[in-house]
Amino acid sequence: MSRLKILALLPLAAALSGCNYIVLAPAGDIAAQQRDLVIISTVLMLLIVVPVMALTVLFAWRYRQSNTSARYEPDWDHSTKLELVIWSAPLLIIVCLGALTWMGTHLLDPYRTLGRIHADRAIDQSKAPLEVDVVALDWKWLFIYPDYGIATVNDLAAPVDRPINFRITASSVMNSFYIPALAGQIYAMPGMETKLHAVVNHAGTYKGFSANYSGAGFSGMHFNFQGLDDKGFDAWVAQAKSAGGSLGRTEYLQLEKPSENEPVRRWGSVDSDLYRLILNMCVETGKMCQSEMMAIDAKGGNGHEGLNNTLPLSYDKYARRGTVLGPEPVFVAGTCTPDAPQGRTTSAIKAPLDTAPLVGAGLKRPTLAPLKSSSFFLGQRSKSDS
Amino acid sequence: MSPDLLKFIFGRLGFDSLPLHEPILVGTFAMVALGGVTLLAGLTYFRLWGYLWREWFTTVDHKRIGIMYMILGIVMLLRGFADALMMRAQQAMAFNGSEGFLPAHHYDQVFTAHGVIMIFFVAMPLVTGLMNYVVPLQIGARDVSFPFLNNFSFWMTVGGAVLVMASLFIGEFARTGWLAYPPLSNIGYSPDVGVDYYIWALQVAGVGTTLSGINLICTIVKLRCPGMTMMKMPVFTWTSLCTNILIVASFPVLTVVLALLSLDRYVGTNFFTNDFGGSPMMYVNLIWIWGHPEVYILVLPAFGIFSEVTSTFSGKRLFGYTSMVYATVVITILSYLVWLHHFFTMGSGASVNSFFGITTMIISIPTGAKMFNWLFTMYRGRIRYELPMLWTIAFMLTFVIGGMTGVLLAVPPADFVLHNSLFLIAHFHNVIIGGVVFGAFAGINYWFPKAFGFKLDPFWGKCSFWFWVTGFYMAFMPLYVLGLMGVTRRLRVFDDASLQVWFVIAAIGAGLVFLGILSMLMQFAVSFLKREQLKDVTGDPWDARTLEWATSSPPPDYNFAFTPVVHDNDAWWDMKKRGYQRPLMGFKSIHMPSSTGTGIILAGFATAMGFGLIWYMWWLAALSFIALLAVGIGHTFNYHRDFDIPADDVIRTEDARTKLLAGAK
Amino acid sequence: MTVAVNPTQTGEPVFYLADEHPHPEGYSTSLGFWIYLMSDCLIFAMLFAAFGVLGANYAAGPAPKDLFDLNLVAVNTSMLLLSSITYGFAMLTMQQNKIAQTQMWLLITGLFGAAFIGIELTEFAHMIHEGATPQRSAFLSAFFTLVGTHGLHVSCGLIWLVTLMVQVWRFGLIEANRRRLMCLSMFWHFLDVVWIGVFTFVYLLGVLR
Repeated sequence: MSRLKILALLPLAAALSGCNYIVLAPAGDIAAQQRDLVIISTVLMLLIVVPVMALTVLFAWRYRQSNTSARYEPDWDHSTKLELVIWSAPLLIIVCLGALTWMGTHLLDPYRTLGRIHADRAIDQSKAPLEVDVVALDWKWLFIYPDYGIATVNDLAAPVDRPINFRITASSVMNSFYIPALAGQIYAMPGMETKLHAVVNHAGTYKGFSANYSGAGFSGMHFNFQGLDDKGFDAWVAQAKSAGGSLGRTEYLQLEKPSENEPVRRWGSVDSDLYRLILNMCVETGKMCQSEMMAIDAKGGNGHEGLNNTLPLSYDKYARRGTVLGPEPVFVAGTCTPDAPQGRTTSAIKAPLDTAPLVGAGLKRPTLAPLKSSSFFLGQRSKSDS
Repeated sequence: MSPDLLKFIFGRLGFDSLPLHEPILVGTFAMVALGGVTLLAGLTYFRLWGYLWREWFTTVDHKRIGIMYMILGIVMLLRGFADALMMRAQQAMAFNGSEGFLPAHHYDQVFTAHGVIMIFFVAMPLVTGLMNYVVPLQIGARDVSFPFLNNFSFWMTVGGAVLVMASLFIGEFARTGWLAYPPLSNIGYSPDVGVDYYIWALQVAGVGTTLSGINLICTIVKLRCPGMTMMKMPVFTWTSLCTNILIVASFPVLTVVLALLSLDRYVGTNFFTNDFGGSPMMYVNLIWIWGHPEVYILVLPAFGIFSEVTSTFSGKRLFGYTSMVYATVVITILSYLVWLHHFFTMGSGASVNSFFGITTMIISIPTGAKMFNWLFTMYRGRIRYELPMLWTIAFMLTFVIGGMTGVLLAVPPADFVLHNSLFLIAHFHNVIIGGVVFGAFAGINYWFPKAFGFKLDPFWGKCSFWFWVTGFYMAFMPLYVLGLMGVTRRLRVFDDASLQVWFVIAAIGAGLVFLGILSMLMQFAVSFLKREQLKDVTGDPWDARTLEWATSSPPPDYNFAFTPVVHDNDAWWDMKKRGYQRPLMGFKSIHMPSSTGTGIILAGFATAMGFGLIWYMWWLAALSFIALLAVGIGHTFNYHRDFDIPADDVIRTEDARTKLLAGAK
Repeated sequence: MTVAVNPTQTGEPVFYLADEHPHPEGYSTSLGFWIYLMSDCLIFAMLFAAFGVLGANYAAGPAPKDLFDLNLVAVNTSMLLLSSITYGFAMLTMQQNKIAQTQMWLLITGLFGAAFIGIELTEFAHMIHEGATPQRSAFLSAFFTLVGTHGLHVSCGLIWLVTLMVQVWRFGLIEANRRRLMCLSMFWHFLDVVWIGVFTFVYLLGVLR
């Protein structure tokens, strides 16, 4: 059997040289450290796996029935010393691996800001990190560069050796934002924000894609990530700037409708509040933002008035969301006053940075500016504030 | 007829729900229909309906129910494997601008159905079937604690399988992946019947599984024969006990999470929606609180089988029985503390991630200890390479690789680069095929002579073995490689042509596995034809060690003419060694449960109710529900559920065996 | 079952029971029913967990303090608690083989149970009429599902209770019926315990929140 297995593995070995093992040879420091962990853990485990496999083959061969010269002890079934060994050997490995895991997980936490740019280069404090807001749409990626006021679809670029801070969310379903060459993946989920801190060390063009199945157009949901030198990056930004066009709420609502295999698109300017609205699921006119809703909930809800602040849902991403036995679908109407129209009131509120996965009772909520909650005039809701 | 009336009768089922535009499905349907009609005609021609109904469908005999579970598992294996072949073919073809042969609408159903079927309707029935058949025999009992419930559980599992199969030809299956994460599985993004099929198939089957779990726990706790203390139970019985505890303590979670999802889908509640304060991540947590123990539900019985097989075919007591038992119990408990490792990448903090990563690694300690126990059972043994032992050796070599990659994936930073990649796919197929499937095949080859009175043909068995093992390595080693190249799962088309060679190798591997499955079917057929040559008259064809081998093959309805008394954990070995003489006289009548058709009828109504709910045929759902209640209550008015096998019958059966044994000498 | 499993006086080991008594009918029932109850308990545990996670997500809608009428809930709770006591009386009279009295206490238990369900339905109807439907917020979804599932269990218990009363009336207090009454008793008290959890965590803590 082992011979057959080697035969089966031969083509693998032959092809090993010609392929792009991006996970094992990445271009970013975070991914490189993750690669190191993969290799160290594997080697640690091989310390025990190889002997076990060898012993299996050895015992299977040596104690075969036809080999009558081997010792046969049908009643031997216990040995305290051996028991100690077989429990403690895996235990020792796991102790080492556990320590490694604890350290590695904390050091490579995607929410943690970078401590270095490369194994031998400390971080340059004078350079501000590049901020990128990532939105997973059906089925394409929207990248917003708030510092440059540009946005792109399916095209991501960053200067080499400059830390990148990604803020990631999604418009409808769960996706996972993954550029193997740059850093490990993190989910993009609607109404929630995840973060990723990474840096690219080598210029080049790398694959990025969604690593979590999200529906019919999932296969086409990939993009190129370019690591560029500073000059190249400036040129890239200028290219986007020159593309003109503006990505505002209306354009976004068009954009987020499902589409497959989208080509690269660029906008020269972008609504500075757009990402916050997407994250809080209130790009649509008149819809209450999640942050506002959470603030109200944290204060104990809206009472009986809250029963009436819903409006019929006329727009939805695929179809109307109504269920067969439930009532007509609605959404929670935003609250606003003439001097603080929807979309402005809460702009001072930082979107929840660490959107806890399970935001339930007792968990800490983001601090929020006090709301003028006495202003419940549904009739005065501004209709054209986008 | 008015459209309103039609809508009332058929709900959302219409002609356009039939997949007439999918040539693959039409072809499949034609074949299935042809095969089905032939089967039904054959059954009618040979007048087998009465026999089947009396002796099989309505039986409460744990042995027959166990066999029916195995048949269900093998039939569904063919369906699930057809899906696998289609996936492998699609991924091997869809390069260089080619779209392959499956559109997204179909491909997405195929991988969802593959996962659901393989876990719920292949692995679970195979494992449950073996437990059902073997456990009562191993503990010297006459049947399980609740024989009627056992029959009902089986038919509920069948009901779920029927719903999944119905989705192939009536409507469609879910396009969400096998765990149906919302928001994708919610009504807004999956408005069709697919997810409803998923929900109701699993709900119906899940009820059966939970009840069967309760049943087997009671059986093991209450019906062990005298002398069999907990620490004298065979290891397979121990792992079965732990598995069933896991079932009872995890399937209710699945029931709840699916019920909440269906509330979201049917009445518009907001458990897992994006708006109105719902939390899709709660679904992910809840389903994995069920999902991770499920992995151990499948693999623990396989561990038990390997323990029995290793010690039998090494002709040696199991090394480290006590530590084996403790390892099993530790795995049982720890399996509840690791669920989050399925979504390290959803943004939990570093401390949470490392906690769950480390608990996951800790599970590898008892598992490693088990591996060493099998190893040292072989040490200084006399190993006979019969088929079950071959599967066991293949398991030991394969499973350590799967275990290693599993621990690797438990390191959160490593998981960040490998999560959802083909590396993960390779890993869990490595443990599920290398552990559960190989275990089930070892078990089938090991206990087949017990169940049918003749051994399985070794030639075709070895063909099946080698095709499976080489096919497995060829199909999944390339996926490890692809995972390291950063290729993610569930992709339908690729644009990097350099990957194609790996997918082609994997597809060839799947083809070899297909040959393995065909060889196995051939093995059954050939063994049946050669059953006289392969006959086992002793009831103990392997010179085995546990109680199930103390009775005849196949065992009589009552399992043991006299309840055995046990002194050692290798009870039958001990009996053989100390000159046990089979009793030849003094037989008495034996009290046994009687057959009932209630189980199949109830399960039929439950399935009809599920079908009605899937298609919004409210009248069907309501009527079936009322019928379910009525039949269920009606059944409780039957107070006479047992009968006595007369002493004469027992004497006749036992005398026949005495003659057979004398003839064999 | 205690059996001599050690070698007999002649030194020959015993390998089978020559004189065997089958397990009495229902030998495993109470264990099986306990395990079932524990699995049911897990269902409630999950619903409590869902409520714990979602219980404060009002979606800018009403909170518990706006909706719950604690007086009504107190009456409701007393109905269920009283029904548990009366079920206890039914079990006591069953032990004394008094069929008529057993039936009477079962009937009273059923009436209390029905009153409980009635009050709960009234509460639900009132809330839905106000607009506080299960669809309004995740909190309300979790609330209706948790309390509704409990109510559904009590309703099933009522159907079971009626069935058992018919069976006791037809067949008397035979062994099988006693066992069934015992199982229903455990089920009934179990629902009582769950309700105490609901009352505390959903209603009392909800209003305090």
